[in-house]
Amino acid sequence: VDSLQFFSASRLVIVAGKGGVGKTTVTAVLARAAADAGLRVLVVDVEGKAGLAGLLSSDSEPILGYEDRVLVDGLGPRGAGSVIGRSIAADHALGDYLDEHGFSRISRRLANSGILDVVSTAAPGIEDILVLGKIKQIERSGVADLIIVDGPAAGHAITFLQSASGLLDAVKVGPIETQAREVLSMLGDPQRCQVMLVALPEETPVNELIETSYALEDRIGVALTPVVINGIYPPGPPAGRATGDLAAAAEFRAARCELQDTQLQRLAGELPLPQIRLPFVFTAGLHVNDVVELAAAFTAEIGRLE
Amino acid sequence: MNGDLGPLIGEARIVVCCGSGGVGKTTTAAVLALQAAQSGRRAVVVTIDPARRLADAMGLAELTNHPAPVPLTASGELWAMMLDTSQTFDELVRRHAADDTQVERIFANRFYRNISGALSGTQEYMAAEKLYELHHDPRFDLVVIDTPPTRNALDFLDAPGRLTRFLDHRLYRILMAPTRFGMKVVNVAAQAVLKTISRVVGGEVIADVIAFFQAFDGMEAGFRERATAVMALLRDPSTRYLIVASPRHDTVSEATFFADKLADNGVNVAAVVINRLHPRFGEGTSAEAQHSAGSAKSAAQRALWENLAELRLVAERESEAIHPLLERAGDAVVASVPLQPSDIHDLAGLTHLSRYLFD
Repeated sequence: VDSLQFFSASRLVIVAGKGGVGKTTVTAVLARAAADAGLRVLVVDVEGKAGLAGLLSSDSEPILGYEDRVLVDGLGPRGAGSVIGRSIAADHALGDYLDEHGFSRISRRLANSGILDVVSTAAPGIEDILVLGKIKQIERSGVADLIIVDGPAAGHAITFLQSASGLLDAVKVGPIETQAREVLSMLGDPQRCQVMLVALPEETPVNELIETSYALEDRIGVALTPVVINGIYPPGPPAGRATGDLAAAAEFRAARCELQDTQLQRLAGELPLPQIRLPFVFTAGLHVNDVVELAAAFTAEIGRLE
Repeated sequence: MNGDLGPLIGEARIVVCCGSGGVGKTTTAAVLALQAAQSGRRAVVVTIDPARRLADAMGLAELTNHPAPVPLTASGELWAMMLDTSQTFDELVRRHAADDTQVERIFANRFYRNISGALSGTQEYMAAEKLYELHHDPRFDLVVIDTPPTRNALDFLDAPGRLTRFLDHRLYRILMAPTRFGMKVVNVAAQAVLKTISRVVGGEVIADVIAFFQAFDGMEAGFRERATAVMALLRDPSTRYLIVASPRHDTVSEATFFADKLADNGVNVAAVVINRLHPRFGEGTSAEAQHSAGSAKSAAQRALWENLAELRLVAERESEAIHPLLERAGDAVVASVPLQPSDIHDLAGLTHLSRYLFD
């Protein structure tokens, strides 16, 4: 597959997976790879967590704000694209939403009064809809060629994406209902939105990846990109006639690679989606240059896809 | 790092296992309860979301909100249950309601049905509520509980207070004011708030909320009293907190954050368990192995040294990651469990892990 074609497949990619699988890393890697292919990229954090900005820019504040921030400079029309970062939190999105719908007089006070807690209990998913609605608005505006959302952690990805259809059960009228319908139509259109699932090559993460994939396709009807398997140990050297620590380390590596291969094969057998495999990076801490290398590995993996 | 958790499970009446998702909290809780049972205590373990095969192994295939005995081959009395948030909430409503009519009105309300799934903190509160119930159940003398994987670990300690604050919320008072005082006078600000919400989400959502609070009327006092008792139990000296972490910066920073918050609440961490630790190969450092790789005589030798350097780096990175937690642990017992070749799905697997936590 041509990389430009791959990155242009949909305007929005939501990266999802359990906590600890490297979702934020994959978001940064995908952003970097797409920018390297010439796209203008926007990365969005929806949880206010640190990490994403630092993987793309070494001199950025760790936590992204509600305003756009340039993380990677572009090189003009023919070179690499830029990467912009921002966060979208439900209370901010609510403030914007109320402003845009003519509620400005009391909207700020309302958003600050904690009332979202009560309303979101009355109509669950409303916070997620506000966030997804804001993302949809950005997607429609065309400010970026590719928007990558570092999705919510844990099992929340399904709830997050299901919020639109869930909300339509509870809310039959009003602007939120319109918003939910528009989000639903975006999620159901593979040319506008796709979900990239991330997992580690281990037993439980692979099981969860398989379950989540089917749940997302069946229940939400959202299109899935190839799955990303993160943190793959490259094969180690044969122990041969080595002794002591060298032998123990080589045997450990071999055992680990064998377990990993078992899980990758099981995944291939149980989930008919192509796999993009990213190597484990042996480093004391992941930095911008590691992300650049992983982005190159990512692009190479795309080249191997059929 | 090889502390013995034996005294902890011998003395405590309650052990609360905290930590981020995916660090092995459920498994750790199960190991503690199994060991306690085998050493003569009547232990019950409450899990939130066990892996299916572990649930099977513990006889929890039939998901139930009430403790069921786990068949053990050795002696001991172990019970296990899986928390069902909405069932626990239903039971709480039944306990505090004036009569069946009130119960039915609440159960029929759509807003109420959403509370258990959607109101943040409900799952934590129900875990605490269940803890209180089991603590007073004469069948058990030790309760081991696995907490929900919250983003903010403090939610668990704070959960009973959150619900009462929710009931005290301005909107609630606004909504209840007319019925309480028999007047239809809602102040201007309240009307504006209600009107705005109705315009955004439609009137029926508001109608559900109002109906819920009206149905709930009279029960707040009972709820508040119970929440106070649950909060006191969470701070009782016989309730011990165990923090579970994996050797990664993010789970460690969540763990140290939680330890700090516990300390703010006058509670100490009794034990720390670090799961999935990579082995250390020899005494040397990664840099030394890398240096030896540079002067290796053959490509095969170089590859072997490089592999050693890489695996040592992983171990070094893990020690560095857990360092702040060890510093923070103070007098707490610290135990670690090495990375296992496969997931734990049976009692034999739990027994195998217990060797790392107990002498």
